[in-house]
Amino acid sequence: MKNNTQLIWGLVFGVLFGFLLQKGGATQYDVIVSQLLLTDFTVLKIMLSAVVTGMIGIYYMKHKGWIQLHPKKGSVGKNVVGGLIFGLGFALLGYCPGTIAGAVGNGYLDATFGGLIGIFIGAGIFAAYYPQLQDGILQKGDYGDVSLPQLLKVNDWVVVIPAAFLIVALLYWIESVGL
Amino acid sequence: MEFLMEARWSPYVVGIGIGILSWFTFLISNKPIACSTTFAKSSGMIEKLFRGDKVAQKAYYEKINLKVDWQFMLVIGIVLGSFLSATLSGSFGLQWVPDLWAGTYGTNPVLRVGAAVIGGIFLGLGARWADGCTSGHGISGAMQLTLSSWVSAISFFIGGILAAQLLF
Repeated sequence: MKNNTQLIWGLVFGVLFGFLLQKGGATQYDVIVSQLLLTDFTVLKIMLSAVVTGMIGIYYMKHKGWIQLHPKKGSVGKNVVGGLIFGLGFALLGYCPGTIAGAVGNGYLDATFGGLIGIFIGAGIFAAYYPQLQDGILQKGDYGDVSLPQLLKVNDWVVVIPAAFLIVALLYWIESVGL
Repeated sequence: MEFLMEARWSPYVVGIGIGILSWFTFLISNKPIACSTTFAKSSGMIEKLFRGDKVAQKAYYEKINLKVDWQFMLVIGIVLGSFLSATLSGSFGLQWVPDLWAGTYGTNPVLRVGAAVIGGIFLGLGARWADGCTSGHGISGAMQLTLSSWVSAISFFIGGILAAQLLF
């Protein structure tokens, strides 16, 4: 019962997320690729304002004991190599896994009949080679699920507050130069 | 309720909205917003249809478990939410070739779909390799100040910016 309730919550949160992505223009190829071409900073503005808002609330709730964090483990071999492969696909496809779902809902057929099929193939290739990758490159330069406050050995707020100011300053600068 | 029918909202309104939405996914569902594992599950489920139950025994599919879960429903919700938003503002429309692509490579849908498939292969492989995507690492992981997520998000954009310069 509880499990089914959570599935419905997942759907509700997804509808809200998809609605926001579409209203932001992030379901459009042109908006995403213009960000990578550094001619339109809409995607970065959305992401950074989500990060700063989310960060303050989530660290507040963590300190109140209301929630726990879900950090992902990582390594240089995972995040740098995988991230660069992802970036190549990001530019060629012009959508990412979340925004392609939005692009499908927006009517973009290159996403529905091209991108989705490619992502399934790419994920299938990873699953096929997972045992070898897991024993090799994915472990290179392992740093686990460490957070930036843990890495710097400081109180969470010593990172959260300056990070919030830095992100807001960066957004202010982007606006002031007219990007 | 007229704002629901506008074609575009300020990126800051959208970003702050996504940030607040994240508070509630943590509070109510104990989960960060993330999408890309769902595509690996779907891929495994499709392969299972053709090749049978042995597919589910692959090490990676045993790890992620080929079942519909919270994140799977989230991704379905994104499709519906985007459709709803686009329909309300009248910006829903079927389109094969985006304008920016057409400006450099022309309006041939076969070329565009071919590029989208190849791009999707790299994206799907890279998302599993890095263990997250623009939402899981770039938004949810970054707001939790996780090192792996900041490294990934920066790598996504370095790779993406370099590749976009070569393409256009």
